[in-house]
Amino acid sequence: MIKPVYINSVGSVSVQKTFDNSEFLNETTVYNDTVAKVIAPDYKQYIPAAQARRMAKGIKMSTVSSQTALKEAGREQVDAIIVGTGLGCIGDSEKFVGDIIDNDEQFLTPTRFIQSSHNTVAGQIALGIGCQGYNFTYVHAAISFESALIDAKMQLENNEAEHILVGGVDEMVKHHVDTHRLIGHIKSEATESSKLLESNTKGAVMGEGSHFFVLSNKMQESTYAELLSVECYNTLSKEELPVKINQFLLENNVTLEAIDLVILGNNGDVDFDSYYNELSETYFKNTAQAYYKHLSGEFDTASGFAFWLASKVLKTQHVPEVIELNQLSTQKPNTILIYNQYRGENHSLVLLKKC
Amino acid sequence: MSELKLELKEKIIEQLNLEDIAIEEIADTDPLFGEGLGLDSIDALELIVMLDKDYGIKLADPKEGRKIFESIDTMAGYIEEHRSR
Amino acid sequence: MSKGVAITGMGVISAIGNNAQENFEALISRKSGISKISHINTIHADDIMVGEIATTNSTFEKQLGLSENSFSRSPILGIIAAKEALAQSGISDVNDYKTGLISSTTVGGMDKSEQYFYEYFESDTHWNHINGLHAGDSTRKIAEAIGLKESYVTTISTACSSAANAIMLGARMIKSGRLDRVIVGGTDALSKFTINGFKTLMILSDTYSTPFDEHRKGLNLGEAAAFLVLESDAVVKKENRKVLAYVKGYGNSNDAFHQTASSENGDGAVLAMEKALKVAGLKAKDIDYINAHGTATPNNDLSEGRALLRIFGEGKVPEFSSTKAYTGHTLAVAGGVEAVYAVLAIQNNRVYPNLNFKTPMKEFDLQPETAVKEKEIKHVLSNSFGFGGNCSTIIISKEA
Repeated sequence: MIKPVYINSVGSVSVQKTFDNSEFLNETTVYNDTVAKVIAPDYKQYIPAAQARRMAKGIKMSTVSSQTALKEAGREQVDAIIVGTGLGCIGDSEKFVGDIIDNDEQFLTPTRFIQSSHNTVAGQIALGIGCQGYNFTYVHAAISFESALIDAKMQLENNEAEHILVGGVDEMVKHHVDTHRLIGHIKSEATESSKLLESNTKGAVMGEGSHFFVLSNKMQESTYAELLSVECYNTLSKEELPVKINQFLLENNVTLEAIDLVILGNNGDVDFDSYYNELSETYFKNTAQAYYKHLSGEFDTASGFAFWLASKVLKTQHVPEVIELNQLSTQKPNTILIYNQYRGENHSLVLLKKC
Repeated sequence: MSELKLELKEKIIEQLNLEDIAIEEIADTDPLFGEGLGLDSIDALELIVMLDKDYGIKLADPKEGRKIFESIDTMAGYIEEHRSR
Repeated sequence: MSKGVAITGMGVISAIGNNAQENFEALISRKSGISKISHINTIHADDIMVGEIATTNSTFEKQLGLSENSFSRSPILGIIAAKEALAQSGISDVNDYKTGLISSTTVGGMDKSEQYFYEYFESDTHWNHINGLHAGDSTRKIAEAIGLKESYVTTISTACSSAANAIMLGARMIKSGRLDRVIVGGTDALSKFTINGFKTLMILSDTYSTPFDEHRKGLNLGEAAAFLVLESDAVVKKENRKVLAYVKGYGNSNDAFHQTASSENGDGAVLAMEKALKVAGLKAKDIDYINAHGTATPNNDLSEGRALLRIFGEGKVPEFSSTKAYTGHTLAVAGGVEAVYAVLAIQNNRVYPNLNFKTPMKEFDLQPETAVKEKEIKHVLSNSFGFGGNCSTIIISKEA
């Protein structure tokens, strides 16, 4: 018997003020830049100073978002912790590399090296709550978070676990931004976030954030939505894309008409937004469409923001105007599809349903 | 000696990011690890690097650090005796 | 008890050989791959020993038809091992079944990132390596090299237990029916980053590492890539595959004790081994050989030794050895390399010696196997532990 999988709680720290679960994009911050930094809560309220002193930004963000999710789900313990992160605590990695070069491999200290391990966030959360269960970290670019979702879903469906803390986190740091701007992955001109999709320039506006969720095979008071399906494809051509989406919906016994809202990952990169635009104009032309990277910025686990958004929409039954992409709107969102890709690779489809 | 102790306290607070702790709060005889200041094995490695970089003292075995880093007193004593810079 | 997942192909490249056969021959002839470092220019060259693959990048590039300095070393090694594995399975079109690729790495393209860290801002010559810093980039290149399209391709990074976790995930994905075939393993090249990182932790030995020895001084780093092809029973039947062995059990847990060190009594390791035995439907006494994590750090070997005693009982621990005195600690890939060695142990009924062992540890009565021993081997238990408390165990068996 395959068990259903529910999203029982959410936690977010992003470049919008999302750390407070009682709000849902009541106010949004407009950026006019090539990067956007997290709107951080007062970390001291969440993390004792003795623990915080060695924590990288990604760990701090994740401590807050994971605590928020655990609290909302009413759980002190989980059966597993699964994290997706494209780059881990890249800030410490970069500093360590810088130190190696600057000091000619001498007088190096261990803290930065330890933090730079990609699984630091998952390890720190486990250490923090004393969780000896399954502990995994996925590091595969734009599908890092989706890989974590697939893993959690398999375990919950087969009842190998009942409650899993799943998250996606990436932090933004200078050297990474500077180098990726050199190769055109990050915009070179400041772009106003409300006009992101009209920028007509190469690259994305970089953001950062941490999103955690308690996924369970038991529904409860706090439940946001049911997670129906997740699929990832390393490559897909624009022609093959609608075929694959169709096949995905068919496998899940959901018709295109039943999709009340599709959340697309447009990031304003003139070279790659065509993947989304073609879908908007043809396959999804009769479907209400939303986008979010003008709010979240682009990063490997930005789709965690989309997952948070979809969960919030389904629970509150409200689609904030700021995410609407076309003229169509939905009054009673019941089924949401999230489609994301980055630079034409690592495509993912995530299907959620109201409970 | 007391100058060195003060210097050590400043360095410990700075290098180990103990931003909530003031110099006056660390007594010369307070245990640095465990119950006292609450430092751990990673901090010990950081302190070993500090000995090397600032005082020219090289420790080959991290276990040697345990006795040296018992308190500010023991640290200062060891440094006075072995420093090369 | 559940059925095992068939292993139909494997490939490995390490300091003791560029393919599985060469690795096996070195293992049974006690030929270690540990030496002074030659490919990386480091001030620690005289203070450390490493398990370096002798072949240079440029030779590999010619072999693979890559242009000069287009790839970092991790994807190069990965492509070689993945191709060997596919060839052994007899797969010519990797897309003929629903196939996945689950790789793992800790450093990815760090060997190049650290080399051009500042140069990127002065010249565009090596900008091709900028994206290589993403751990997933090495996996992307392997997928491309083997022609895998429109598929599930992902990367795991759980420090030194990564490849063991890739094998575990692959087996679970076959069992759940999500995939018909999956290529699992990992790749990690040596880099200044890891050399200096482990140096700061003061756990690098200045001589040949001596796993489980009382006087062990730390680990030797190594580099390697290893991949296994796992296939569903339906594919095995339809394609009439020769099955090499089965992934029978797996367990993952977290020590939740310390960021880098293992708990004194190996709690996480015990949990991982217990889970793996349970999944395999086996009792501890069924295990014929243990390929230990055995990094030769004071902390790991003590903690793992205690965990082995807790699982198997005093005087009942079967033949065990760490093969890291041959290969060095290959970080993310260790569990992959050692899974290949487990299959070879089963195929050839050989227990590999734990090189350089002389003096038993004073804390307990536990001695690794020091000779090449012939013995019927049906079940091998392989441990891999990593930073962040990650503990993983894989059980590989002769029969399903």
